[in-house]
Amino acid sequence: MSQNEDDTTNVPDEDGLPEPEGASEIIDTEYETGQDNITPSIGPFSLDIHNPVFVVSGLVVVAFVIITLAFQDAMGPALGAMRAYLTSTFDWFFLMAGNIFVIVCLGILISPLGKIRIGGADATPDYTYLGWFSMLFAAGMGIGLMFFGVLEPAYYFATPWGDQPLGRETGIVDGALMDPATVEAARKLAMAATIYHWGLHPWAIYAVVALSLALFAYNKGLPLTVRSIFYPIFGERIWGWPGHVIDILAVFATLFGLATSLGFGAQQASAGIGFVFGIEGINDTATFSVILIVIITGLALISVLRGLDGGVKLLSQINMGLAVVLLSFVILVGPTWVLVSQFFGNLGAYFSEIVPLSNPIGREDDGYRQGWTAFYWAWWISWSPFVGMFIARVSRGRSVREFITCVLLIPTIVSAIWMTAFGGTAIDQLINQVTESAVFGFVIDTYVPELSLFGMLSELPFAAITSVVGIVLVIIFFVTSSDSGSLVIDTITAGGKINAPVSQRVFWVIFEGLVAAALLIGGGLVALQAASVSTGLPFAIVLLLACYALVKGLLSEPR
Amino acid sequence: MYRKIIFPVDLTHIDQLTRALQTATDLARHYGAELCFVGVTSAAPGAAARNPQEYQTRLQTFADEQGAAHGLETSCKACVSHDPSIDTDKTLLSAITELGGDLVIMQTHVPNMLDYVWSGHGGTIAAHSDVSVFLVR
Repeated sequence: MSQNEDDTTNVPDEDGLPEPEGASEIIDTEYETGQDNITPSIGPFSLDIHNPVFVVSGLVVVAFVIITLAFQDAMGPALGAMRAYLTSTFDWFFLMAGNIFVIVCLGILISPLGKIRIGGADATPDYTYLGWFSMLFAAGMGIGLMFFGVLEPAYYFATPWGDQPLGRETGIVDGALMDPATVEAARKLAMAATIYHWGLHPWAIYAVVALSLALFAYNKGLPLTVRSIFYPIFGERIWGWPGHVIDILAVFATLFGLATSLGFGAQQASAGIGFVFGIEGINDTATFSVILIVIITGLALISVLRGLDGGVKLLSQINMGLAVVLLSFVILVGPTWVLVSQFFGNLGAYFSEIVPLSNPIGREDDGYRQGWTAFYWAWWISWSPFVGMFIARVSRGRSVREFITCVLLIPTIVSAIWMTAFGGTAIDQLINQVTESAVFGFVIDTYVPELSLFGMLSELPFAAITSVVGIVLVIIFFVTSSDSGSLVIDTITAGGKINAPVSQRVFWVIFEGLVAAALLIGGGLVALQAASVSTGLPFAIVLLLACYALVKGLLSEPR
Repeated sequence: MYRKIIFPVDLTHIDQLTRALQTATDLARHYGAELCFVGVTSAAPGAAARNPQEYQTRLQTFADEQGAAHGLETSCKACVSHDPSIDTDKTLLSAITELGGDLVIMQTHVPNMLDYVWSGHGGTIAAHSDVSVFLVR
């Protein structure tokens, strides 16, 4: 019961504002979720959108597509150069920021702050462990594991381009296998360097964003949008332009990141289809990829209309099941005992090499550190608003300790298992067949990265079936990304409202597909990938501030 | 004739519910029925409330006021949904069954072209509920 009987409006009743579920420290602000929203009607569709955020990000997206299409010859090289400049000049900054995120997460994990529960002291989880973990994994990196699981370990093991991790010796030089000791050292380092890119660091970036968003929404009562994290720093000014800029950047990173991935994913899936069914030159024109984008967008649309539980959650669980089947197949049919015996060795190598690999200064392996690590870190950071927001949305009711364990430690172990199975099998093929192996052909001889997975599978039994499973996995991962991405963009552009009209989500799904298709036809995908990676630098600074706000926010919670 | 009338309510748009609310209170008084207000909210902060507990408090206040103003027996139920944009209808339908309502009265919009492919909350509830539904345009 409210103490104020005549209060039936939406004006926050400060004295009577209850805590969510059990003790939590609600932030006392006059701002009301959606107060800056406008509700125009376009034909039969009514909208509920945040004024500057929706309008500015919508216009920027349209303008960017037009400019990129109109000046593709100039935009591509310009953005490519910007990406190279950022990753080579600020590599130390990205590496250092990555280390800080890991340290902050591990610090919170072992500190008494770990006892705080998202959604108040007595909150109960919205989702089971399986449903929750499937969703956060599918959103976080599912697709990347498909693309890089074979490519990256095989590449580091045998790269002839001098960009091997820490500048050490590779296992294959000029098409010849080195002596067993060198091969073993190169294999271990290749695995360690790969797990480093898919382990604690990326998940720490996601965890910082996700935990901050969840804390400020579910415990502090602020709108579920990126700007809310910065309330402890900017105070009430966060509802003005500083907040608009942060939210617009987040939309920009999410939409372009998604559209780019959708484009590349369509190319990978169509390359896979061409490989399996022996269709030559399938990727010579964009036609087949555009057809795939239409199919993926159509599936995403169905998923969107089925909602969070009936769409994303269901697809994530189907995907998790399929991924486990594929993983088990590779482990059982591949060199089983080699993989099992290597797993702990790979984890050990990861932990013993993590210090030299993550050291930001005084290194000579520019090709690896700048070309791979700094690029990955910028990429993960630019994806973090999307993944972080999605994880935040489904994580209510978990304690901070449970959250960090499940968002940081368990995914790291799962990534290590995945990389050991796929990368370990690929390296085993390289060691046994050297230049005769399909993996050597696609990764070293002629660099066709999108075929590396299918190359590895082609040397195992039932290749036709497993390759089709691989293609289906790639496609469903993209459907879930497209769906959850639209959910996130819609929430940010609706000022944190999660009950905005569905037509807005439909608009974003279709728009993502259109942007991807237009860019694929216009050839601007590479430029756009460079652009979305470039948002990594400003966001890295934003995220460092978020670490401070997160710790401050956690400290103010009752324990 | 009716013992319990369910009235789905959107706390952010109370000003637009006038006609439906009038219909509901009149019918409730006529049949001596209980009027039960049902709202769907999310755990994340929204325009109506910053958390489900605050939402429940506001809904209760609203129900009490209506009860006092019209001399009716009122009650309320706040349902928490993971994804209210999509799941509102499903949540309302199960709340109607769970609460044992025998008439639903709700405000809806005048149908337009979109309703041929994608009907509003009122249309969906009317199409799927076991009990009588009174849609007020």
